Amino acid sequence: MTIQEKQQEVVEEFSMFDDWMQRYEYMIELGKSLPLIQEKYKIDENLIKGCQSKVWVHAELEGDKLAFTADSDAIITKGIVAILIRVFSDQHPSEIIEADTKFIDEIGLKEHLSPTRANGLVSMVKQLKMYAVAYQTQLN
Amino acid sequence: MSQQTQAKTFEVEKIRKDFPILNRKVNGYPLVYFDNAATSQTPKQVMDAIVDYYSNYNANIHRGVHSLSQEATDKYEEARIKIQKHFNAEKAHEIIFTSGTTHGINLVANGFSSLLEEGDEILVSAMEHHSNIVPWQMLCEKTGAKLKVIPMDLKGELIYSEFEKLVSSKTKLVFLNHVSNALGTVNPIERIIKKAHENAAAVLIDGAQAAPHIKADVQALDVDFYVVSAHKMCGPTGVGVLYGKEEWLEKLPPYQGGGEMIATVSFEKTTYAGLPHKFEAGTPNICGGIAFGAAIDYMNKIGFNEIAAYEHELLVYATQKLKEIEGMKIYGEALDKTAVISFNIEGLHPYDIGTLLDKMGIAVRTGHHCAQPIMDFFKIPGTVRASFSFYNTFSEIDRFIEAVKKAKMMLQ
Repeated sequence: MTIQEKQQEVVEEFSMFDDWMQRYEYMIELGKSLPLIQEKYKIDENLIKGCQSKVWVHAELEGDKLAFTADSDAIITKGIVAILIRVFSDQHPSEIIEADTKFIDEIGLKEHLSPTRANGLVSMVKQLKMYAVAYQTQLN
Repeated sequence: MSQQTQAKTFEVEKIRKDFPILNRKVNGYPLVYFDNAATSQTPKQVMDAIVDYYSNYNANIHRGVHSLSQEATDKYEEARIKIQKHFNAEKAHEIIFTSGTTHGINLVANGFSSLLEEGDEILVSAMEHHSNIVPWQMLCEKTGAKLKVIPMDLKGELIYSEFEKLVSSKTKLVFLNHVSNALGTVNPIERIIKKAHENAAAVLIDGAQAAPHIKADVQALDVDFYVVSAHKMCGPTGVGVLYGKEEWLEKLPPYQGGGEMIATVSFEKTTYAGLPHKFEAGTPNICGGIAFGAAIDYMNKIGFNEIAAYEHELLVYATQKLKEIEGMKIYGEALDKTAVISFNIEGLHPYDIGTLLDKMGIAVRTGHHCAQPIMDFFKIPGTVRASFSFYNTFSEIDRFIEAVKKAKMMLQ
């Protein structure tokens, strides 16, 4: 599936919910299914700055595709990072660099997009893209 | 009269009509504003003072010969006198307008940099806001003075006997808050000031969190410096005051250079203006100062004793209800505390709780509350902090408790 198709899939899942509570309950569920980062990667270099909760993200190249793992001490943050990883994992770095993140608006998480927001969704997206840039250089 | 009856006769519904913001909805729910320790809401009376200023007499002060300038100057100086009376300062020029508590602290810290020597010691409490730690660390770096910390216990109370051991003839300054922003603890500042003075040390009290709840009498306290912000006591942001004893303010050098703070200027020599202008360089927040005066009038009309009694009832009620929730841990259980509750629920991150409360229209603060040393002391990343004001109600607390329970259910 392309990033675009995965985003569409997430948007469709979220459109089934009538209210914020169901959306958040689902996010919490997603948080619980997050592909967890190995303990040895839970280091300061993998910590995303700008979050009130701690978020670690690790990226690894599998063939020519990037696989992300992550963890957070807050469950809602885990849910948010889980959605991002689901969309961006198993993609070519160039696809990740090019991808837009408009789907976040569409699933009703727009409020988390503000750069001053404490959970730093913007910082997370930036970090995932930074990894993609770094690995893209490696692939070249 | 018992506190219970006092609380019942406290006309909170009438008071709430003065605060238009309390009518708004957030995320589809009526707003419950429990982040008062961060900033308080503004009553119509204060907004009216702001509109009046800009509608009728907006002008620069202390220098124009025209009528508007004179009116603005008179109102600004009237506000200074209101604030002087409120804190019972002996003289009006002991009240220095600042941009807020942080500015006041920095002004004093900067002034002391020319008075301290290597080997001098300054004492700070373990429960300070970052704004009352960082300026002193910078001062120590500059002067070679040593910063020592007065520890606290697990209830969130300062250990007075440890303070007695730390204070000595080397101590030149003692800095602490009157009330802790993260824990709500009311510190025994009278005893601390007395003991510090026995050792000839000066004392600065950060009154930012106390001022909305406790009317401090600076002469009775015999405090050397007391700093507050208007925006925590129903006034606007960007304005506050530093109270300083005249003898200290005379001793400290000016903080910033500019207009307003000079007597004469030539390229060879400038002489400084007298108090309070020596510390008020440039055009001040004129409207803010006047609105601060209006806020103090507003709060005094309700009455600080009445406010304290009612808020205490809210605190007791909310604490009791929160404690019924399984896994609840409250940080800061000092005997004497203001209406602030910092808490966590076992296994849950404060950020998650705060996010879900916000979705239910309830504003609380989450995080380390600019007091990381306190969080380190309790070995936690942060807390959820609910802080009440006199315009909050028991039914809002009920909604808050229900929302906390709901959030807990969703997160577990």
